[in-house]
Amino acid sequence: MKGLRVYAIAYLVFLYAPIALLPLFAFNDADIIAFPLSGATTRWFAELTQSASLLDAARNSLIIAATTAVLSTVLGVCAARAASMADWPLKRPMLGLIMLPLVLPEIIVAVSLLVLAVQTFGLGLSNTTIIAAHTLICMPFSIAVLNGAFQNLDPALEEAALDLGETRPSAFRLVILPLVMPGIISSLLISFTISLDEFIIAFFLSGANPTMPVYIWGLLRFPGQLPVVMALGTILVALSIVLLSLAEIMRRRGLRRAGLKDRGGFL
Amino acid sequence: MTLISLTGVNKHFADYHALRDIELDIREGEFFSLLGPSGCGKTTLLRVIAGFEDPDTGSLRIDGSGMAGVGPNLRPTNMVFQSYAIFPHLTVAENVGFGLRRSEMSRADKARAVEAALEMVGLSGYGARAANALSGGQRQRVALARALILKPKVLLLDEPLSALDKKIREQMQVELMKLQREVGITFILVTHDQEEALVMSDRIAVMFEGGIGQLDDPETLYRRPRSKRVAGFIGMMNFLRGQVSATGAEIDVAVEGLGRCRVPAEQAPGGVAAGPVTIGIRPETLSLLFEGERTDRMEVAGRVDEVVYYGDMTYYDVAVEGIEKPLTLSMKNLIGRPVLDVGMPTRVAWDERSLVLLGR
Repeated sequence: MKGLRVYAIAYLVFLYAPIALLPLFAFNDADIIAFPLSGATTRWFAELTQSASLLDAARNSLIIAATTAVLSTVLGVCAARAASMADWPLKRPMLGLIMLPLVLPEIIVAVSLLVLAVQTFGLGLSNTTIIAAHTLICMPFSIAVLNGAFQNLDPALEEAALDLGETRPSAFRLVILPLVMPGIISSLLISFTISLDEFIIAFFLSGANPTMPVYIWGLLRFPGQLPVVMALGTILVALSIVLLSLAEIMRRRGLRRAGLKDRGGFL
Repeated sequence: MTLISLTGVNKHFADYHALRDIELDIREGEFFSLLGPSGCGKTTLLRVIAGFEDPDTGSLRIDGSGMAGVGPNLRPTNMVFQSYAIFPHLTVAENVGFGLRRSEMSRADKARAVEAALEMVGLSGYGARAANALSGGQRQRVALARALILKPKVLLLDEPLSALDKKIREQMQVELMKLQREVGITFILVTHDQEEALVMSDRIAVMFEGGIGQLDDPETLYRRPRSKRVAGFIGMMNFLRGQVSATGAEIDVAVEGLGRCRVPAEQAPGGVAAGPVTIGIRPETLSLLFEGERTDRMEVAGRVDEVVYYGDMTYYDVAVEGIEKPLTLSMKNLIGRPVLDVGMPTRVAWDERSLVLLGR
């Protein structure tokens, strides 16, 4: 038992220690990334705001992440709703295929989408191509979250609304939507975070305007820029943690609202 | 007057035949029960009436109008679901008033209607509560109020009491009966609990494997079941083998262990023909004869095989020579009446008029 505990702690240290270094050096008053630390500063954060190309990348990333979140959640709602209904032909294989990008290597997805976009359709690379690709990889996460929300619903709730005079669309709006809303918000936040942090696909599919992770990768070639990268990384990590926590809070609130026990979630 | 009429209704789910040639008329204002074991099609039949399932063949008319192509939102029926399906994100009052959303009543009238409906089910003052904060019995009342506020022609109840504990269930049975008499609306209750159906219903349709086995009032159903299956499902019944030798106004039948009997023809409600027959005897129509007790009924000797003591009643299994299974009989535990022990010899009094002939 004790061995297991040591193992678990070591595991967590290896997992999170590198990330803990980010804020450490982001506030460190030195050009080189090395111990010992030499006093606190916020100048790397100040420098961030000065860079026009960084702000461009940030804006790009936000546009892509927001659009991806909405698309992936809307499609996820449709899929989760279909999955919660009675069996229809090919239901299982179809849902399985939608979930597949979860385990597909991203670089394969990236390369094939690049070939498809450029060679097959002759499209230029732009934010649109990244949004399409990000929607593809965010969908499984959206569906995983939304499936939980839809499957927890008593089918009699919709029937009760129909029985009381509502039509299918109005029953959906009045009863189902409010009950799965926490799941929808959770899905929006998770897809947003995934898209915001995603590198490989964005690297392959971005045109002239890089996303934030691609921009950071570019900065790494300049050692003098490393502290700025640390500062930027700190902000991104903090943002991700906040968004994912919010997503989990929403998911649990959804369960409570539906009066159900938590049966282990996505996070 | 007939309010609901089903003719030739069939329903299949994949290769499962859920409803078989249902012919059924339900009268206005009656408390009607669909009773049967799970999987007998009773819930499917209720859902066909509500409009959640379309029959494959046959027709359904409610109050003279055909219901083909009419959705559940446009039928004069409302339903109390087995899970109650209380909207968890709304308050009690919002739940009860949900069906009034499309009505042209003023806001104040709606509020009054909601309050009246809550009062009718004994939940005055609960309107502002969150639906999730209610107990099972209270949720059921909210479901009732929500369905009745629309003044439907028919209230459909899908096993509404099965989720409640015994005490509350028995109390709700009585309240439902009172409520039905008060509002005068036709109630259709689905239940697998024969006692519940007997207590509450004006008429009961007993269903097996998608078909209606017998449709009668509770007393007829209990006293004169038309088949062995119905007899076995409703209450306790001893089944004996016999041989019919003559039919007519009186049926001449030789019963295992009991000998030759002459039974009035009305005791064979399902009809009878000469030859082998199954005979049913209810436990309460048999009685033990205590030492020295005399009877003007028939009697047969036996030995106590099992004693089950219920407080108010004692159930005995009595082995009788010539009868394969011991006879089950029930005795009220009156003052001064002893409870016999297993193995004691005894005599059982019985009556020709209490035999029911149940076909083969």
